[in-house]
Amino acid sequence: MSMPTNLKLVENGVKTLEEAMQGETKTMTFREAISAALWEEMERDETVFIMGEEVGVWGGTYAVTRGFYDHFGPRRVRDTPISEMAIVGAATGAAMNGLRPVAEIMTINFAFLALDALVNSAAKARYMFGGQMTVPLVVRTTTGGGRQLAATHSHSPEPIFAYFPGLFVVVPSTPADAKGLLKAAIRNNNPVLFIEHSTLYQNRGEVPVEEYLLPLGKSDVKRPGEDVTIVSYGKMVEVSLKAADELEKDGISAEVIDLRSLRPLDLDPVFESFKKTNRAVIVEESHPYYNVSGEVAARLQNECFDWMDAPIQRVNSEDVPLPYSRDLEQSALPNPEKVIEAVRKIL
Amino acid sequence: MSLTDQQKIDAYRTMALIRRFEEKSAELYAAGDIGGFLHLYIGQEAIAVAANYALREDDNIITAYRDHGIAIARGIPPKLVMAEMFGKITGSSKGKGGSMHLADVSKRMWGGWAIVGQHLPLAAGLALADQYRGEDRVTMALMGDGATNIGYFHEALNMAAVWDLPVVWVVENNQYGMGTAVTRASAVADLAKKAEAYGMPCCIQVDGMDLLALMDIFTEAIDYARSGNGSYFIEAITYRYRGHSMGDPERYRQAQEVQAKQLEDPIQRWGQYLLNENLATEDDLARMREEAEQEVEEAVTFARESDWPSQEELYTDVYAD
Repeated sequence: MSMPTNLKLVENGVKTLEEAMQGETKTMTFREAISAALWEEMERDETVFIMGEEVGVWGGTYAVTRGFYDHFGPRRVRDTPISEMAIVGAATGAAMNGLRPVAEIMTINFAFLALDALVNSAAKARYMFGGQMTVPLVVRTTTGGGRQLAATHSHSPEPIFAYFPGLFVVVPSTPADAKGLLKAAIRNNNPVLFIEHSTLYQNRGEVPVEEYLLPLGKSDVKRPGEDVTIVSYGKMVEVSLKAADELEKDGISAEVIDLRSLRPLDLDPVFESFKKTNRAVIVEESHPYYNVSGEVAARLQNECFDWMDAPIQRVNSEDVPLPYSRDLEQSALPNPEKVIEAVRKIL
Repeated sequence: MSLTDQQKIDAYRTMALIRRFEEKSAELYAAGDIGGFLHLYIGQEAIAVAANYALREDDNIITAYRDHGIAIARGIPPKLVMAEMFGKITGSSKGKGGSMHLADVSKRMWGGWAIVGQHLPLAAGLALADQYRGEDRVTMALMGDGATNIGYFHEALNMAAVWDLPVVWVVENNQYGMGTAVTRASAVADLAKKAEAYGMPCCIQVDGMDLLALMDIFTEAIDYARSGNGSYFIEAITYRYRGHSMGDPERYRQAQEVQAKQLEDPIQRWGQYLLNENLATEDDLARMREEAEQEVEEAVTFARESDWPSQEELYTDVYAD
């Protein structure tokens, strides 16, 4: 089964990221890139609007929508009650009835409250009614640990959401990717969960000045290498790249692949890389079992069994609720040292 | 809005059609032609019919899983509903949804949703989209009494009230959430009180088996919502004669209770009204019941003779292009 990836839009004249990068670029933070994507899409399409907790007057708890309320007004930038079920449910209903809502769930930790609306309403509406309904919905949320927020506020549960057919799950790692992917998500005619790691917002990167889209569902080689394939997504791409830099000092060449989206999951570049390196380490912030790394490992052994020279390694958070105390929390999370250790184990 | 004489006659026809459709569905379920869960609307027909008359054709209607009556009253042909319940490709949802997931978006009948309360924020969202575009549509959201206890209900009503969304919320209080009586599950027996908490105008409880009373209150509520005043809440007191779903042992109520309620039957009462008003004769009523029987038989034949979905259908409609 194929999932639509907005390629048609790109074919219709909007540039891809790769094409746009040939032109003028400017340095932007991850936050600014996401903010710019929202702004441009709202300027372009009257049916796009934002709803969520503190998105308006406050300007967004992560300041992504600062200035939006003053510019677009309360009709299109809607502060909601603290009602996750109703935010996702009402956004789904509005999408069914012709709008393109961008609903914000302040953090993914609160998305559990909206899980039924996301899964049983948004993701199932089309199939269950025989294709009658279309749900062009984006739900933006933040994820991840590392900020001393303790167990309830430090989840990385992306695999839970990636489990369900009917959804797209996108997890960008760079400002340029985030902007192009979010614009593509807003133009997609399906429910997309767009997950932003809360410690990436200040990261900077080059972003094309010209408009571009990044089709959903395309993995990306973030760093080419020869000796080992490191597969990752979101914040863990940064961790993996740091590990690769360290490994290079010892003459180990690591290829780092950013999945960018978990559903659809584009593993072709991973298979291609693995057939070259014959070794893989998968890095994700989620707990160690029933997750994306397990899925990637299973598919790797299925598709690349004859190319496998060592057991596939997985680097995840520890199998404990995240603690508050700073050093204790840091030791529960993946870091470059753990990635390096995993690489050395199989080289 | 008052009904024309023809609408009054048609209302009897539609209620009789729903009743016969449901009786036949029960037989077909027992025979194994219909699978899954089957929740019958018998006893509640007047609500669906009044709702459809009170709403404009371009208004939205959305309901829970006891949805056959709403679907038929809204104009989904019974043969498409029956084919859906048989799981055939000709069904209103191509055989992918079944009894609990009937919809026809072209008629703005937005489903049949089977998680209690899940459709209530959807209703708010449907209304939000219309309000956003400056269109004067109203959304009617029907629910069972049990739905007033779930979080979805409170979040959706609060949001709708905060944003003045044009929704008419209708509780079809059939006295039981599955097998648990309203008084055993709800802190207040008067369910309209729950909507008072959200500042909505609340009718006193309306007799959900009295078509004219329902028409009056639905019309008032729809006018209120359409005029930009926001949401309106109605509790219609009704009764389902059959169990929650097929296979319900009905340990929670006595047969005498069901028999007593059947004396208030909405279809018999409406038939008597037509006789009293000289709008129909006994023969006319009998003929309409026979026509209903005939239409249901044709629906069954259509469903039986329709094709099953192809294996390819398993993979279609998961995503939109």
